[in-house]
Amino acid sequence: MRMNLVLEAGSISKAFDGVKALRLVSFELRAGEVHAVIGENGAGKSTLIKIITGAVTPDAGTIIVRGEQVPHMDPRMSKALGIAAIYQQPSLFPDLTVAENIALALETGGAWRTLNWKARSRLAAELLERAGSSIDPERLVATLSMPEQQLVEIAKAIGADARIVIMDEPTASLTEREVASLFQVIARLRSEGVGVIYISHRLEEIAAVADRVTVLRDGESIATKRMDEVDRAELIRMMVGRELGSIFPKREIVPGEIALELRHVSNRVVHHVSMSVRKGEILGIAGLVGSGRTELAETIFGLTPADSGEILVRGESVAIPSPAEAIRRGIGYVPEDRQRHGAILEMSIAANTSLASLKKVAHHGLIDRTEERDLAEGFVRQLRIKTPSVDMETGSLSGGNQQKVALARWLAIRPSILILDEPTQGVDVGSKAEIHSLMADLAERGLAIVMISSELPELLGMSDRIAVMYGGTIRGTLDRKDATQQKLLAMALGHGA
Amino acid sequence: MKKGVRSQESGVRIAERFRGEISVGVAIVGLLIVLAFLAPGFFTRENLSDLVLANMPVLIVALGMTLVILTGHIDISVGTMFAICCVAAGEFAKLGLPAWGAGLAACFIGATLGAINGTLVAYVRIPSIVVTLAAMVAFRDALRWITQGAWVQDLPSNFQWLGTTQAASNTITFGIAVALAIGIGWGLRNLPAGRSVYATGSNANAARLVGIDSALVTFSVFAITGALTGCAALLNSIRFNQIPSNAGLGMEMKVITAVVVGGTAITGGRGSIQGTLLGVILLGIISPALTFLGFSAYWERAIQGLIILCAVGFDAVRSRWGRAGDFVERTA
Repeated sequence: MRMNLVLEAGSISKAFDGVKALRLVSFELRAGEVHAVIGENGAGKSTLIKIITGAVTPDAGTIIVRGEQVPHMDPRMSKALGIAAIYQQPSLFPDLTVAENIALALETGGAWRTLNWKARSRLAAELLERAGSSIDPERLVATLSMPEQQLVEIAKAIGADARIVIMDEPTASLTEREVASLFQVIARLRSEGVGVIYISHRLEEIAAVADRVTVLRDGESIATKRMDEVDRAELIRMMVGRELGSIFPKREIVPGEIALELRHVSNRVVHHVSMSVRKGEILGIAGLVGSGRTELAETIFGLTPADSGEILVRGESVAIPSPAEAIRRGIGYVPEDRQRHGAILEMSIAANTSLASLKKVAHHGLIDRTEERDLAEGFVRQLRIKTPSVDMETGSLSGGNQQKVALARWLAIRPSILILDEPTQGVDVGSKAEIHSLMADLAERGLAIVMISSELPELLGMSDRIAVMYGGTIRGTLDRKDATQQKLLAMALGHGA
Repeated sequence: MKKGVRSQESGVRIAERFRGEISVGVAIVGLLIVLAFLAPGFFTRENLSDLVLANMPVLIVALGMTLVILTGHIDISVGTMFAICCVAAGEFAKLGLPAWGAGLAACFIGATLGAINGTLVAYVRIPSIVVTLAAMVAFRDALRWITQGAWVQDLPSNFQWLGTTQAASNTITFGIAVALAIGIGWGLRNLPAGRSVYATGSNANAARLVGIDSALVTFSVFAITGALTGCAALLNSIRFNQIPSNAGLGMEMKVITAVVVGGTAITGGRGSIQGTLLGVILLGIISPALTFLGFSAYWERAIQGLIILCAVGFDAVRSRWGRAGDFVERTA
């Protein structure tokens, strides 16, 4: 059995500035296995990966790759040993072609060597085919979708003859269907004897793809189990060290009157969308990436105003030509890509919080700083944002806390309608539960919530009704009691109604 | 209770908050101390008064430039706009307008030129460096062609010194510049409009989502810079009895240096008027200081370049190293 091990990390310890990131963690990877690593944010997953890829040097412990002890792992050595990592955000050159990107990763030689373009292209096509893709090698990477870019990364790994492939949250931006095709590629890698380390927050996926799972918590390895030995509840218990009361704290709320209604709304991105959401109700929006979910949110919010049809806010027919008007009507929108659209990192927490509601903290056109700080301090308490002061620059906070600041900004406008686009994407189990229970609180207080999500269990768990989008329109709406994963998926793929 | 919270924000935090400003302040004080020992002649009343007045136009233009750079853009056409506004102010005065009328006309022309820049940057979405480079060259040559290089002479007597005494005119110039600096600095901190300048420069996407019209903000800062340049042109022209048609050559360099030295991030979103004020003071002292200390005037530009590199380099190092645990409250 030992023969089979492609990677053994023994008793690895690492501390950053005295803070233990990993303590005596041991980890082994067999040839032809998919080994999942799970844990909450800060559990030490990234540090473990960085040690294996040589980006971080451990304080203590051994690394053995295919029977050979590696005294000093560094990124170059790791690559030479056949270790390849594929991250959530592919690290490709957007202005170069697919073939060039693959060639840059594989070709050796000086900067002045001559190139054989045909051979490059041929090799790229062959590797892509082995990765299960038919992307044209001459396409610019900038024109590829996120899953296509990941396939290029996988082709690079195959081309480098990687024996150990690390995938860090590879499905974070993929739809269910794209996930399925990624799993096929993983199955192929496994059948070729490659060891795959698979990191994800999505337990359903891990159940589907992994052979074994190692749970990390607070820098320690809690357990390594065969996937068929454990169930979801046990994994969660091991990850958080406690039983989560309920994964989806859906509360029974009697919905009030209709807060937002769309009647045959169309523009260049959505067609004939009709929907409504009541006070206290959570309307889930399902659909594949590109089905028009985010576009629908942007239409309601006035970023891509409706050309025809009618939007009613609390029964009143309104025009929403701009975000400013949407905000005035009490609509808040927490967008998907919080890096680009979320908190303004150079600004203080206080300034970020008040940004969408400056009118509320301003008197006679003047910002009242005391009131602004009070507002922000209220949200720091309510959302448990970890910071010594609301004067802190938002960029100095951790990612999860930055997201909370972005959310605080929209809660500060005291919205009656809140649109959340992928509210728990890339968030660990603990924070996820916190966000879900906050959503339940808000609904209880009478907010109408529209929640866009790619995660079917989240949609099924949190929504009162689920509208499924396909091709820029709502294909159908299911009640909570009628909805199943199969039905949602079928509708999202354009079948049924 | 409120007061208690405020007063906790004492000592260290205030020092952190004005870290950029403090380092410029230290440089100024250091330079003044050197001058005090080696060239006490620097501190005569006439010299200081001349120095202050000569730098008021730079300060006024730098106020606008701070806004432009805060939004993440740049305007290198201010020197050219300055020349056009100077000539225009003189010509309007010769047409019989009183000095304030000529000044308003100069501001209007500056605002119009700035609005052209602003339209191209904000609505046509051409990079500001390209737009203002084109404006800098094209308008400068247009002015040269129109004036044939001739200076504006025979200005009416009610134009120089605003038709009052030199002392009164100097006081007015100083007063206007200070009022503008205080007004803009105050507005940036206390008005929603000021917030929208920072928001646009930090993250234009996020700004758009909170209902800020980023294009309008960008357009406005260019137009305001144009108007301020017109104002600066008037206050510069009234100090002389003729107006050179090549005024403001290299002014953009001096103004941008002052703003960047004052701690405003060239990438936008971070900076302050008090920083710009200190930047103008430092830049304003350096060239006469060099003369007083016996260096050749040819060194001035070289030293300006060195200062800008140090300032930007410092900013780059700070943003790379200072992210975590940065207690600075820059924008609010």
